[in-house]
Amino acid sequence: MSVTLLIEQLLNGVQLGTMLFLMASGLTLVFGVMGLINLAHGSFYMVGAYATAAVTASTGSFLIGLGAGMAAAAMVGALVELLVIRRLYHRPHLDQVLATFALILIFSEGTRWIFGSSPMRLSPPSWLTGFVTLPGDTRYPIYRLMLIGVGIVISIALYVLISKTRLGMRIRAGESDREMIGALGVNISKLYTVVFALGAGLAGLAGALVGALQSVQVGMGEPVLILAFVVIVIGGIGSIKGALLGALLVGVVDTLGRVYLPIFFRAFMPPSEATGVGAALAAMLIYILMAVILAFKPKGLFSAND
Amino acid sequence: MKMISRFGLGLLLSSSLVTAHADDVKIGMITTLSGGGSHLGVDVRDGFMLALEQSGRDDVEVLIQDDANRPDLARSLANEFMQRDEVDILTGIIWSNLAMAVVPTVTRQGTFYLSPNAGPSDLAGRMCHENYFNVAYQNDNLHGAMGAYMREQGYERPIIMAPNYPAGTDALAGFKHLYEGEVVGELYTQMGQTDYAAEIAQIRDSDADSLFFFLPGGMGISFMKQWESSGVDMPIFGAAFSFDEILIKAVGSAAIGARNTSLWAYDLENEANDRFVEGFQAAYDRMPTLYAAQGYDTANLILSALETAHPDDKDAFREALRAADFDSVRGEFRFGPNQHPIQDIYVREVVEGDDGQPTNRLIGIAIEDIQDVYYEQCEM
Repeated sequence: MSVTLLIEQLLNGVQLGTMLFLMASGLTLVFGVMGLINLAHGSFYMVGAYATAAVTASTGSFLIGLGAGMAAAAMVGALVELLVIRRLYHRPHLDQVLATFALILIFSEGTRWIFGSSPMRLSPPSWLTGFVTLPGDTRYPIYRLMLIGVGIVISIALYVLISKTRLGMRIRAGESDREMIGALGVNISKLYTVVFALGAGLAGLAGALVGALQSVQVGMGEPVLILAFVVIVIGGIGSIKGALLGALLVGVVDTLGRVYLPIFFRAFMPPSEATGVGAALAAMLIYILMAVILAFKPKGLFSAND
Repeated sequence: MKMISRFGLGLLLSSSLVTAHADDVKIGMITTLSGGGSHLGVDVRDGFMLALEQSGRDDVEVLIQDDANRPDLARSLANEFMQRDEVDILTGIIWSNLAMAVVPTVTRQGTFYLSPNAGPSDLAGRMCHENYFNVAYQNDNLHGAMGAYMREQGYERPIIMAPNYPAGTDALAGFKHLYEGEVVGELYTQMGQTDYAAEIAQIRDSDADSLFFFLPGGMGISFMKQWESSGVDMPIFGAAFSFDEILIKAVGSAAIGARNTSLWAYDLENEANDRFVEGFQAAYDRMPTLYAAQGYDTANLILSALETAHPDDKDAFREALRAADFDSVRGEFRFGPNQHPIQDIYVREVVEGDDGQPTNRLIGIAIEDIQDVYYEQCEM
């Protein structure tokens, strides 16, 4: 129960939040602009991680691997949009869920077919291993600090892209009125492919960055996908600003809950029970948070279509 | 992978081409070949098939099905095997929750079940059955052995960690049972958790002198990679489930120095093990894990019993199994009264191998002739 522990946990929460943001931004764009529920978003996360692991292993360079992973995920995303997703825009949401769920199964089995069922090895490069000592004698891994940095850079880049560029203008127009932008002569199908590939690329980047910290294996995208859905529901579907805020909120609440709930219950319970109760409640905490926010703001914190 | 399927397929084909004799033996294997953690099932299968291949017998037919780590599927596969294929013996299940869903119905209907991996406490104690044999371990064994080993090595303030699910709480209970001392903290993680920053910070914040954890499969990989870069300097201990040859290669250098308890090691010196390790590498071009060793022993136990009796004569076959008259790759092996193993548990240390990859090296015995604590509840 020290200050250093609290600082470290806050950093951990922010770091989890920035990675969730990379996932959630693509998801919320695709839903906001095209009205599509894409369950296969977690597969792009996995594709990015596997491509990075494979390229890093053959070239020996983590940075080249990272670029390749992001490119591979974006390319696969564009391909999926052209072949499958394109046919789903005018279908009801249930059809979209069904089709993109099928994509999850295809991607998972396909990956197992190519890379086998054992987890792949992917480690951060040597210049990113180790830790730095922050003020207050907090030791923090360099790699996690780098993840926070990447998250900030991507957030700024997305902000500039959406608010300052022509593409961003079209994306915003697509969010507010899908039919009108088509009637105005914007090549809507090209816009959709670009947005979808962008989202997939960001998911791939998140998968590659997190894969080096965790493990690269089949099915790694689905737990993150669930969290990303919580994030965009809290933030307001279609809103990038909401996704950023929602991601940071979920990251910090989840991390702090896991540490401090068991400690809290230990104050008036025997230790072993407190650990069990605290851990169980910590697992539910973000869903409780989501329920509370939706009770007061049914469309999330920042709804794009308000 | 190709080699394996040819191996298995060849065996299936050759046995189905010859006209089935009445005294042929049919074995049904339900194991996890897809989904997370499928390398466990693949190794059990490959070890099992290797033993059959080496025996040269052509009157044993093995039917293999994938349970995809789903209890409902495992259960319906078991029914299919028993009713449609009329198998004599069932085996193969990896996970304890699947074993609990399948084994009681199988043994009640008079079919033999031999467990090559899972060993839930209920099946060793109050729900034991004369047709159920565990050829691997009771779930507590490896964790308890590590508790005893750490005590003996003079660690006085361990912090212990496991996922919050039945096998996780059992693991920590098993550890504490043989540790005989106070632990400074218990951490429960979520099942399938991938980020351990919060737990690592708590471990750093505690005054523990050692860490024991049970994080099977991908969870262990994630944890150890994050542990390495955290700068916490503390010896780590666990059971072999977090340190099999496939997992530590995915973890890389972060695993070096970790000590783990196992019922088998590839560098254990005995004739059966030499034959197994060499044969496995020749057939599949990779190092076997303890799961492969357990599959291999399971098949050899069945083969040894078939020498004296056919499963149709249930009493004679059961007696032959109980005798456990086979050369185990782990050295001495015998069954306790609840038909669970009484065996030595070894300690291995993860070191850098000749090829620069991490590998396990045998460093000693954690505890001799360990027996589970549930046999007294077993009435057979």
